Amino acid sequence: MSLKTFKGGVHPYDGKDLSKDKPSTEYKPKGDLVFPLSQHIGAPAKAIVAVGDNVLLGQKIAEANGFVSSPIFASVSGTVKAIEPHRTPTGDMVESIVIENDGKYLDVGFHETEDVTKLSNEEIIEKIKESGVVGLGGAGFPTHVKLSPKDPAQIEYIIANCAECEPYLTSDYRRMVENPEMLVEGMKIILQMFPNAKGYFGIEDNKPDCIEKLSELTKDEDRLIVVPLMTKYPQGGERQLIKAVTGREINSKMLPADAGCIVDNVETIIAIYNAVKLGRPLTTGMFTVTGDAVKEPQNFRICIGTSYEELLEAAGGLKSPAKKMISGGPMMGFALMDTNVNSTKTSSSLLCLTEDEASKYEETACINCGRCVEACPENLIPSRLADYSAHGQTEVFEEWYGMECIECGSCSYGCPARRPLAQAIKTMKKDILAARRKK
Amino acid sequence: MSNLLNVTSAPHVREKTDTQRIMLYVIIALLPTTAFGVYNFGLRALALILITVATCVASEWCYEKLLHKKSTIKDLSAVVTGLLLALNFPHTLPFWQAVLGGVFAIIVVKMLFGGLGQNFMNPALGARCFLLISFASTMNSFTYDGVTGATPLTLLKQGEPVNTLSMLIGRTGGTIGETSTICILIGAVILIMLNVIDLRIPGTYILTFAVFTLLFGGHGLDLNYLTAELCGGGLMLGAFFMATDYVTSPITPNGKIIYGIILGVLTGIFRFFGPAAEGVSYAIIFSNILVPLIEKWTVPRAFGVVKQKKEKKEGK
Repeated sequence: MSLKTFKGGVHPYDGKDLSKDKPSTEYKPKGDLVFPLSQHIGAPAKAIVAVGDNVLLGQKIAEANGFVSSPIFASVSGTVKAIEPHRTPTGDMVESIVIENDGKYLDVGFHETEDVTKLSNEEIIEKIKESGVVGLGGAGFPTHVKLSPKDPAQIEYIIANCAECEPYLTSDYRRMVENPEMLVEGMKIILQMFPNAKGYFGIEDNKPDCIEKLSELTKDEDRLIVVPLMTKYPQGGERQLIKAVTGREINSKMLPADAGCIVDNVETIIAIYNAVKLGRPLTTGMFTVTGDAVKEPQNFRICIGTSYEELLEAAGGLKSPAKKMISGGPMMGFALMDTNVNSTKTSSSLLCLTEDEASKYEETACINCGRCVEACPENLIPSRLADYSAHGQTEVFEEWYGMECIECGSCSYGCPARRPLAQAIKTMKKDILAARRKK
Repeated sequence: MSNLLNVTSAPHVREKTDTQRIMLYVIIALLPTTAFGVYNFGLRALALILITVATCVASEWCYEKLLHKKSTIKDLSAVVTGLLLALNFPHTLPFWQAVLGGVFAIIVVKMLFGGLGQNFMNPALGARCFLLISFASTMNSFTYDGVTGATPLTLLKQGEPVNTLSMLIGRTGGTIGETSTICILIGAVILIMLNVIDLRIPGTYILTFAVFTLLFGGHGLDLNYLTAELCGGGLMLGAFFMATDYVTSPITPNGKIIYGIILGVLTGIFRFFGPAAEGVSYAIIFSNILVPLIEKWTVPRAFGVVKQKKEKKEGK
């Protein structure tokens, strides 16, 4: 059988063996928890607690500030210690609520829904919205917005992004192995809102056990289909996944809904299940601590807001000095200065590497070899786009489709001249977007 | 706080292959035909190769030293240029002309235009053509087994019979590295297996030239003649090792195909309608000049972007 995939892409060392067979354990935070008011795309949430307030686990501490926004919930019980700027894993300083954990984990009480099939679409959306669910694959786009397309009848594909194409990460994998029923039930809740859609689980073929497990669980379901995908980065890129599963293509100006698709990653669908079925807001997540510098790489079920430092310690700390620490995967994750940051809704891993490959090699002249062109899943010419970026040639950059870049980093990864191609393209994209906003 | 880690933009990992390794692969792929050239033409061929390579590397080193630039000889690209240039010499070429060729290739064609990656013309071929024009007699004198005679391609042009089997093996007169089709093909397979080149350029080049030969070669469907044209002269060496030179060929996938077609047609025109039997070198350096234009025409449409014609019609 030929596996479904997209054109381009790269095959980086996947490193998943370090942590993939470690069953997840629950980690209870010891220190303070930090909740940035902006951990999603859209307007930052508005704090509704004050310093000194006592809060319970699952209590809303910040409310959505507009439609494209998302509320935030306390993941522990305790006292609001401060509301002040803190550094997030993505490097920004963001106004954050700091909660001192009392270690009691007293919750507000959650109300399970007996029969979710009796809920109306509006009720489901409301529950998702009021539980603070956002795209947990990394982008953090509020899920209730994604699930409210203009014409729900036109949605034909609900795609569960089970690719987990980023090297090293195993949090989605563990979810699929440990809670496949929740994933399937979550998918059914989404399907309930889209009568013309079927649910697809797109899984890379390096996770045969997940393919098998989900196929087993869905074998009697007409509307649920498991799609094995070729193991290739960035298979889990939204546009690439849609292409692989449906054969349809979308560009930067389109939404997946324009191609009749809605894509949600594993963790998001689990969060939807928790929100709608169990009535639990988003306060927990699956988190991988891994890398060749980590003593005991493993997977944790964490409270959102837990400090990276604690999580690293929980994994036995470092066995050799880390030259690079990354929040997320090595291809699209964010480099950290130190572990003095706290997990947010979208955090999925802390990766500690003994080698800083991005700085190790010296940049040399482009030899026009075209490896970046072969690697680009968006069919771009990255080497030229990087030149245009360096020379500030905005017009040509756009003519050569620079704005279509999905920032996957495949070009930089494979460049034999070690040019920071993706960085250059990202920079120009940012400038162009900023200029457009000014207009 | 004193030992903060280095923060860089993603991606944070890199593929192992670098420029030096790619150049090394090309050198390895050239070894079969180089070894055969030395076996075929004797130790003078080896001396010529070593002198040319040394000249190229030394030229680059001196140029960068004089201009206080960082030395780039470690990337091995000068070695590749020197080797390719020497493989394009008759083994009888005077050493001083080889040295002159090496200096011309590196200093004039490569370094003056900005060094590796910036030259618009293949340095080895630029220098070969320079020598062909300047020293026509020594560059065109081919001795084989102690007898000075015509190359198979020249014989072919004059309507004389040629032995295609010895052309395949390479037991004929010619430049050091062009005679053995089999050895060149072994090298080509190495390049393809090591992911250095793909068949887009050499494939379309050879195919186009074959079609051109059948149509305009004047021998109709004579397979023996076709094989001789394909194996003769610099076609195989040129198609796999020089037309595929990254720097001087289009980076766009469709551009590579157009480039291959242009090469095939030009080689055909030069060989069948020109005064000389050979045309590969000129076809390649001429096509090199067209590369920016070809690239401009062949910017691929990005993933998911639909042709804009319809939209324009709809909106006004």
